[in-house]
Amino acid sequence: MLLRHTTSEIKERSALTINPAKTCQPIGAMYAALGIHRCLPHSHGSQGCCAYHRSTLTRHYKEPVMASTSSFTEGSAVFGGQSNLLQAIHNIFSIYEPDVIAIHTTCLSETIGDDIPQIIATARDKKYIPDGRYVIHANTPSYVGSHVTGFSNMVKGMVTYFAEPGTQTKTINIIPGWVEPSDMREIKRICYMMGIEIILFPDTSDVLDCPQTGRFEFYPKGGTTIEELKAAGRSRMTLALGRSASVAAARELDSKCKVACEVMELPIGLRATDQFVDTLRRVARVEVPTLLEDERGRLMDMMTDMHQYFAGRRVALWGDPDQLVSLTEFLVDLDMRPVYIVTGTPGKKFLSRIEKALRGKVPEAKVQEGPCSDMFLLHQWIKQEKVDLLIGNTYGKYISRDEDIPLLRYGFPILDRIGHSYFPSVGYVGAMRLLEKILGLLMDRQDRDAPEESFELVM
Amino acid sequence: MAHLPDPSNVKKQLIQKYPTKVARKRSQQIVINAVAEDKTVPEILANVRTTPGIITQRGCTYAGCKGVVLGPTRDIVNITHGPIGCGFYSWLTRRNQTRPEGPEDHNFMTYCFSTDMQDDQIIFGGEKKLRQAIQEAYDLFHPKAIAVFATCPVGLIGDDIHAVCREMKEKLGINVFGFSCEGYKGVSQSAGHHIANNQLFKHVIGRDDTVDPHPFKINMLGEYNIGGDAFVIEDILERCGIKLVATFSGNSTVGKFENAHTADLNCVMCHRSINYVADMIEKKYGVPWIKVNFIGAQSTAKSLRKIAVYFDNPELTARVEKVIEEETKAVEAVRKEVKSRCEGKLAMLFVGGSRAHHYQDLFREIGMKTIAAGYEFAHRDDYEGRRVLPTIQVDADSRNIEELTVEPDPEKYRPRRTPEQLKALNEKGLEVKGYEGMMPQMDNQTLVIDDISQYETEKLLEIYKPAIFCAGIKEKFGVQKFGIPCLQLHSYDYGGPFAGFKGAINFYKTVDRMINTQLWSYIKAPWQVNGKPLLEAELVNS
Repeated sequence: MLLRHTTSEIKERSALTINPAKTCQPIGAMYAALGIHRCLPHSHGSQGCCAYHRSTLTRHYKEPVMASTSSFTEGSAVFGGQSNLLQAIHNIFSIYEPDVIAIHTTCLSETIGDDIPQIIATARDKKYIPDGRYVIHANTPSYVGSHVTGFSNMVKGMVTYFAEPGTQTKTINIIPGWVEPSDMREIKRICYMMGIEIILFPDTSDVLDCPQTGRFEFYPKGGTTIEELKAAGRSRMTLALGRSASVAAARELDSKCKVACEVMELPIGLRATDQFVDTLRRVARVEVPTLLEDERGRLMDMMTDMHQYFAGRRVALWGDPDQLVSLTEFLVDLDMRPVYIVTGTPGKKFLSRIEKALRGKVPEAKVQEGPCSDMFLLHQWIKQEKVDLLIGNTYGKYISRDEDIPLLRYGFPILDRIGHSYFPSVGYVGAMRLLEKILGLLMDRQDRDAPEESFELVM
Repeated sequence: MAHLPDPSNVKKQLIQKYPTKVARKRSQQIVINAVAEDKTVPEILANVRTTPGIITQRGCTYAGCKGVVLGPTRDIVNITHGPIGCGFYSWLTRRNQTRPEGPEDHNFMTYCFSTDMQDDQIIFGGEKKLRQAIQEAYDLFHPKAIAVFATCPVGLIGDDIHAVCREMKEKLGINVFGFSCEGYKGVSQSAGHHIANNQLFKHVIGRDDTVDPHPFKINMLGEYNIGGDAFVIEDILERCGIKLVATFSGNSTVGKFENAHTADLNCVMCHRSINYVADMIEKKYGVPWIKVNFIGAQSTAKSLRKIAVYFDNPELTARVEKVIEEETKAVEAVRKEVKSRCEGKLAMLFVGGSRAHHYQDLFREIGMKTIAAGYEFAHRDDYEGRRVLPTIQVDADSRNIEELTVEPDPEKYRPRRTPEQLKALNEKGLEVKGYEGMMPQMDNQTLVIDDISQYETEKLLEIYKPAIFCAGIKEKFGVQKFGIPCLQLHSYDYGGPFAGFKGAINFYKTVDRMINTQLWSYIKAPWQVNGKPLLEAELVNS
């Protein structure tokens, strides 16, 4: 037993988090910043943060993740990080020549209170920032929120620094939320099919899913360009996908550039995708193309054909709020029973969103967010009453093995499998992939456990 | 290997783009190797700050302390006191395998414990929450020991973790101790190793005086059981009839640490991360140490013989020779075959604080040349040998790391060998307490680079186009985009073990697979290689 010390008896905890279902802000900011073309994320703190974030993103994407650090030592911790950051900006533009440096803070630089905008202004005065290049920032104290908060803060920073108001264009902004490069690519494909011109930011496709060409590109071809980020301020409207990760930037665009926004859940599963497509149709005043309707039809076909195999199955989920809400809705639509749901990302609104997704259909569901909402608690719930399926990140493999429950790897981070960054889980096609994976796991288990006489060939 | 570029030109290319100040510093950290007859080598600048903005391989002090040294110990509840990230990233990310003896034995390595500090603890202090977290951990798990690790903000706000630990130790009656391993201390992980080892020395080593009557008892220091390396070493030692008291800290338990001072000999693998523990144990308890290396078949044989020489027992020597002979046969068969495909090819190693040295032996065994190597967090003595220890200047960053003053223990000091015996051993060729460093074992005109940057890595790959590059996960995929395979030597991905004889075979096969696969030749599509327009090329000619 790998988690041999986890017991079914639940003792109240107020201080000790065990096996967290979240991590810290800066890694989210780093991921978001990689979605800007020719941007070098910069971690303002000690080296370890940057190394840890790069390692985790690298393991998740199996791609190079470039980012620099202010390399704080004790001196900088005492006297402030201004001199380190100025040096860093100068060195980065000299050596790595990015178009943008996207600085995020760490708990160290936040606690000593470094004033990043002031340091950026000083760097500009000292001519450390070449003409036509930019330095942007987001405050991402690790002791507030989670990696999702950090992602949201950096995306908001993109608006704060770049979006410019002006004569309205017909473009629609889409803020995709914390999803995979494959998902960002899929969102672009759906819009392309519908003939809608969009600005997608951030966009990590072609940054964190790069082809092997035998040539290393320090700045891969993907990412939202600065021109696009500026133009986002003139778009007709913004669709913000995922309330936790995208609302802040959408609101900022509204107040700064008067771009109206509509907020919706991540387009994971049937109905969330329906809502996304329908909103696009409405705001862009276009027809939904037959090709897309056919995709929806194929998903519906799969759902109706296979209903008997997934209906009634109990599922435990953990991860990021936006993904959990849409996934829960999808599972409920399939007549599955998402009974245990945990996110470490704090936010009370999550509970009402999940409540809405559950629509009173799974009265036995246990949902928890915030302090001590962790995988240890989730595991204890499972020990009290078992589930048929786990959906969450790689760290769930220990529960999966100990309790002999199949695991669908979903969310962040996935360290021991590939596919998530290449195959989307958003849109109708993404929903089909999720369903295929869920069915595969459940039926492999059924086959494994079947007595020989019930080991069937056909269904 | 015929036409290698002039290393001084290479060095110029590595630093020419840097701003003047950076270039000046880097030029002292990039050294062209030249070994004199007395094995002295040029001086290298090491264990100094990484320049801000430089993309470095390095991590932080917390990573070295909690991640590297304490991470592999299965029965200590390791609580990270800080915001959630540090604990999260050091959760099962080092592949430190462990093998509890029975299902009832403690194993907390699969758990991540954190106080998950929030902003109100940053403002009002986190000691109360830490105290409560220790209590909750005790109530849930009843461990033998609880360790607390301070992260950056803890040092800034001044939480006294040691006072909390003392208080809880008293209250709970188990060993509770803390590590002031804030990420900003020192210049790399190395500071964290030092802090970890000091606290283990102060709070754990020497608490259990039970002496095993076995005549040949050793500790293995600086072996972390990445990918099962320590298992291989444990197996070899057992077959040789050598008793392993404790490994620091691969596959370890707190009980083994407590008993470590009863060993007769300390064997140091990773000189960087632990040489001072060997020194301190020697001073306090009288256990001498030797440098060993179980990476590479010949190095393993050599290290086993060193241990045999130390114990000077014909029976032991015979057993050691028998194991070496048995193992060598299988190793040689694979080695020869692999060598025929790898001979003459170039390797580069930029990893850790000993791996960049030890793994060169494996490459040498299959005829490959290490053209450039360097450490991520080493000090000068790891490059140039311990002879330079007296000349190493202690700077402000190192001064922050506690140096313990150690005296012989009035009751437990028991010198295992007299000075005369040690002298005799030295004369027999067994250098006790010696390490000559990486550079004297590298060819002249090779490049030795401390704390290599991403930019320099790219340049080296462009210039030399080596057959293989060894580094960590952050570097791996960037290297491979060049069409050059990268072997991860921090955690081997899911590969390994690479230690001992079996590990050597594993390594030869891994390298052979990586550099001799046809995959790299498919990177260009046929039309990219023969890019003539269709009409012109085929249809007209056919």
